[in-house]
Order: sequence, then structure tokens, then C-alpha cells
Amino acid sequence: MKFIDEYRQGDIARKLAERITVETNQPLKLMEVCGGHTHTIFKYGIEDLLPRNIELIHGPGCPVCVMPLGRLDVAISIAQRAEVIFTTFGDAMRVPGSKISLLVAKAGGADVRMVYSPLDALNIARKNPDKEVVFLGLGFETTAPSTALTVLQAAKENVKNFSVFCNHIMIVPALKALLDSPDLKLDGFVGPGHVSTVIGTRPYEFVPREYGKPLVVSGFEPLDILQSIYMLVRQITEGRAEVENQYVRVVPREGNPRALEAINEAFEPRDYFEWRGLGSIAHSGLKLRKKYAAFDAEIKFMVAAVRIADPKACQCGEILKGVKKPWECKVFGTACTPETPIGSCMVSSEGACAAYYNFGRLSKIAERSSRL
Amino acid sequence: MSNGFTASPLFERVERARRRKHQLRGEQITLAHGSGGKAMHELIEGLFLEYLRNPMLELLEDQAVFEIGNGSQPSRLAFTTDSYVVHPIFFPGGDIARLAINGTVNDLAMSGARPLYISAGFIIEEGFEIKALKRLLASMQDAAAAAGVEVITGDTKVVDKGKADKIFINTSGIGVIELPVRLSAANAKPGDKVVVSGPLGDHGTTIMISRGDLELETEIESDTAPLHLLVRNMLDAAADHSTVNAVHCLRDPTRGGLATTLNEIAMSSEVCIEIYEDRLPIREEVHGACEILGLDPLYVANEGKLVAIVSADVAEVLVERMKQDRYGAEACIIGEVKSEPQGIVSMVTSFGGTRIVDMLSGEQLPRIC
Repeated sequence: MKFIDEYRQGDIARKLAERITVETNQPLKLMEVCGGHTHTIFKYGIEDLLPRNIELIHGPGCPVCVMPLGRLDVAISIAQRAEVIFTTFGDAMRVPGSKISLLVAKAGGADVRMVYSPLDALNIARKNPDKEVVFLGLGFETTAPSTALTVLQAAKENVKNFSVFCNHIMIVPALKALLDSPDLKLDGFVGPGHVSTVIGTRPYEFVPREYGKPLVVSGFEPLDILQSIYMLVRQITEGRAEVENQYVRVVPREGNPRALEAINEAFEPRDYFEWRGLGSIAHSGLKLRKKYAAFDAEIKFMVAAVRIADPKACQCGEILKGVKKPWECKVFGTACTPETPIGSCMVSSEGACAAYYNFGRLSKIAERSSRL
Repeated sequence: MSNGFTASPLFERVERARRRKHQLRGEQITLAHGSGGKAMHELIEGLFLEYLRNPMLELLEDQAVFEIGNGSQPSRLAFTTDSYVVHPIFFPGGDIARLAINGTVNDLAMSGARPLYISAGFIIEEGFEIKALKRLLASMQDAAAAAGVEVITGDTKVVDKGKADKIFINTSGIGVIELPVRLSAANAKPGDKVVVSGPLGDHGTTIMISRGDLELETEIESDTAPLHLLVRNMLDAAADHSTVNAVHCLRDPTRGGLATTLNEIAMSSEVCIEIYEDRLPIREEVHGACEILGLDPLYVANEGKLVAIVSADVAEVLVERMKQDRYGAEACIIGEVKSEPQGIVSMVTSFGGTRIVDMLSGEQLPRIC
């Protein structure tokens, strides 16, 4: 396929991997922040190509994975209201709350529908004026603009039966929290690509400036990721720490001003937002501004904040921080599988554990555990 | 490569857990139970088999094969049933009625049977247009004639508006196995080659696009087709070259796609199936549409394709013979069977890595057939 296959060529990959191997003169721990990168790394077996002294840590950039149990339970309770049509992206359907998932709620009679865009949800609201249509807003700055624009559109049209249960989160506070975490030892970051199309590369400049770590914003094709790793390795061996942009074909330094404007118009940061496995992070979540309160499902349905601790067996927090590897979790692959996920990292195909289980189990577990 | 796997206690622990008996969890049926993935296996093995178990059912093949008649030469018959709930009922390349004939014909054909007779049960929603029903019946007649079968018994039920979506069709089929074949998902052997009859993912992609959620326009059509003649030609070619039993297993990779079918074979036969990404026949349009829809063509349904596990010595001959058939023109070898790790499908990616191709937990595409 044109414009896709070019970024998946095995022979170029092998050449790049050779150069990475030559350049890497010390053990390195690199984190890919974004779940999309994790998925690509496993789908294409990128770790098979890397030298053994490069370890990839799979970060917290899967929005489905970091959504706390309490918020999920609230989403499900809204979905179960008789007057509600609950709309969501497909990957949130199977995520278990403390008791059930949206999929099970649907089987129990809740009207839960999968949509590809919040605008589809708004359409459903227009067509069902006697129902309350709620959209589960989920994701980083990547998806926040489309939710924001939908709310602005709903306000413009004065659609009264549409609201958003907002769980949008921001990448930079999460990166800061990670970098401040005392048990984290990283040498560099493969920075998110799609988030950066919106926010640009400038917001990451604190990473080298304040923490002395290099960050390379990367695309999502396998060659993008390999090249980004190469750029990180070069920076480290040359003693540099900078923000570099591998994904120049999509990401401008200043981001997308119109998307940022939409976010800023519709949303404001919450004081705190809970991340599953990482705990509460200041100014990391977005909520609708007061002027759009009519579209805020939390206000419309008078949602009370629920905090539910993760299951004890679950070590998602350590895994999201890269402190533990998925296979070091006691329940990995036995009690916790993609069919019966205990922890959130096993749910979405972008979660580190699900990626290991689905794509990586074969080589990685065998190879690494035989080295232990 | 096998030593690395068996040496790992962790890998063994995970694989043991993966292979333990399927148990049905939860209190309600969800869409995942109809997906063709792991949840459906849990339902079938954890519930249906528990109540209805018998030696033929527990083989879990796509059809039952049994003998009737006395004397030294009893007849071997194949019997199967399938229900069709596809949405939309008309789509490029076919419709629900054509699917209902071809699907059942193919389930019979995969046992090596010559399909004979079909039953058809219709569940129709109140208000369904007679004009549309006429169109479906004409299509059904056409498909039956093309497949050389006759619909010899049927049933009709009408339900209140909203209690069914337009029309659901169940077909059962019976066929006779005239060659001394022993085809089974448990028959794959190390060294065998994996053959597919043509491009993958056409049907599922067509259905997704024709639902119109994404307003994509493509030229892809459903591949729905009867495969019994292709199968017969393959078996004859195998018999001519060595023995008809050089064909070990035939399956049509419908719901859940090639990945699900290969996993079923790998588990039943206790072998590893290794496929090569750069040999998989997938149309450019299907690749593109799947990329946009976030699907993996390996898991997308086919309705006119088969996957064959065959002895290495006949593989090339079979592929050449298949290519002469209308429905096998793009047949090719995509992989081979290895002894370890058992129950696993792995893929050598065109990028140079290796990954597991596992069964999906629950499919994201309900009502694809």
C-alpha cells in the first residue's frame, strides 16, 4: 500500500538495526510512552531486531489502560440508565469495571453503541430527541479536539440531549510524574506521535532541559520507531539531550493551533485526575468548562466521584512505570489474560501486557526468562 | 527454535493456562460469545458440550461425519447446520440467502463430501418487504443451482417488528463422502504445508464497508462462493499424485478469519503452525480498508476461501491444480506445520520479526455472516 509499505520495509529495517547495534555502547533503557508504539513494536517484532543492550519500557500512553476503575463504574452506571444511549469508541467496551464491562451492561439491556467519532454520537442525539445520548470522552490530546469540536457544535445547534462523560487526559503532566518517580531509571523517550500533531514538540522541551533526557517524537510505522530509537542512541552516544522530531511528515513544532484552540475553548484542566496504576496526577485531566456545563454528563447525571482500588494481584502500576515487566507479574498469562483481564494493561491491544500476551509471548518470555 | 520455548517454565505456565479446559464465565451471553474467538469456544466447550456431549459432537468439526447402511460398504454422510444473521442483508457480491447456501455447502465440502440437499428455515420480521424476499429467494435458487444442491425442506416463522432484524436464515445440509478421505482439524502433521485458495478478508471487509459507517467507497466484493468442486479437484489431484489422504485437513476460514482457523487446527493437532507475512495474499483495497478500520485482515471473515493442510510432497501439485479452478486462481502456500511449540500459530513478519497470531478474545465485528 502506498505511503504505508514504504515504512514497513524489512531490508531497510535490518540496515537500521545494524547501525543501532554499532552505535550502542552501553545498556540503555528507552521508554515508548505511547500505546500505539507498543502495539507496533510487538506487531512487527521490533525487539527481535534490536541489540540486547537496548531495553524498551512500555509506558502509560494507552488511555484505555490508565482509566481508573471508579470512572469506569460511573460510565457503566450512566449507560445503565433507562433514558440513556451510551456511545463509546470500541476499545473501551470490554474494559472491566469493578464488577462488569460496558459489553456486559449492553447484554443486560443497556443501550451501548460503538462509534468511530464523537460526531456520530451527536448524530445519534439528533435522531433520538427523546433519549439522552452520552459520549465517553477518552484519550490524550489526540482525541480531545474532536470531542471539543463536537461539544462546540452541540452548543451551536443547542442540542439538549447530548453530553460528554469526559476522561480526557494530558501527556505532559504524566511525563513529569514519571520523571519525578524515584524508582524510574530511563535513558530516553520515544515520544508520542499523534498527540504531538496537536500539541507540537515544544511542550516536551522540559524533558532535556530539566531532566537531561533525550526525547524523539516518533511516527507509528515500524521504520519510524526504529529510526527514532536510532536518533535516541545517537544523542546518547554523542552526549546530547534534545527534543528531536522523527515524525516531521506529520508533526509541526507548534502543533495544530486550531485543535489547541478547540481544546482550550471547551475544556479546562482538573485539579487532579486519577490514573490507573499511577495514582493522582495534578492538572493531568480535562473537564468541560462551566459555560458548557449543559453538556457535562457528570453534572447532568449528578455523578459522584467513586474511587476503587485496583485488585491486589494487579501490578499494572509497576508495569506502566516500567519498574516491572509484564511477565514478572504473578497473574500474567494465567489468571490475567485478554479474555479475563484483571489489570487494565491486559485489556486494550495497546496495553503492554496484552501486547506481550498476543504478539510477544513466544519469543520474549522464552528468551528473557531463560536468561533470568 | 523449539528448545528456547520448552526451556522456559514461565512460557509453559502461560501455555498450560491457555490450554486448560474452557469454562464459561459470566452470567449473560454477550456479543463476544458469537464471535468465533475464545469466548465462543468457552460457550461451546463450557456449556453446549457439557449438556449435549457425544462422540461425534465433541470432535468440534464444522460438520459431523457418520455412516449409514449395512453390509461391507456403508455410505458415509456429512451433516451440518449454520444460521445467517448478516447485516446488511444485501451487500456487494452477494446477500444473506446466497451466503446461507454457500456457507452450508462449504461446511459439507470441507469434509470431502459432495453436497446433496439443503433445508432452509426463515425467521422474518413483521413488515419485511415481499419484494426483498423475492429477491432473496431468486438468489437462493441461483446459488443452489450453481452448487448443485436442492432445498428440499423448509420452515417459516414471522416475529413481531423489532424482535428480529429483517430476516434470519438457518440452513442445514447433507452430503455424501465418496472418496476414502479422513479430513480433520486434528490431522495436521509437522512438515505439512499450509495452503490458502486465494486473497483473505474480502467478505468481512465488504460487510464493514457496506454498513456505511465510514462512508468509504471501494470495489471490494464479498467472496461468497461454493467450494465443493475445488475440493473435489484437489482430492483427485492428490489421489493422482500420491494418495487422497495427502490432504490432511480442510477448513473454510469464515468468522474469525484465517488466524482463528489456524489456531483451531494448531490446538486440535497439537502442532505449531508458522506462516510468512510476505506470502499472505491480501488485496490492496482490503489492506487499505483494514488499516482505516483498525482491523487485522488475518482475523477478517472469508466466505469463499479454504485453507488446506497437506503433505509437503503434494503441496506444489495441489496449488497448480487449484489455480486452474475459478475459486482457487490465486492459491498459494503460506506456511508450514512444525512440531513445537504446540498449539501456537506464529508469523514471520515481513519486517523480519516473529510474533504470535493468537485467537481473538472477542470479535469486534458482530453479525458478519
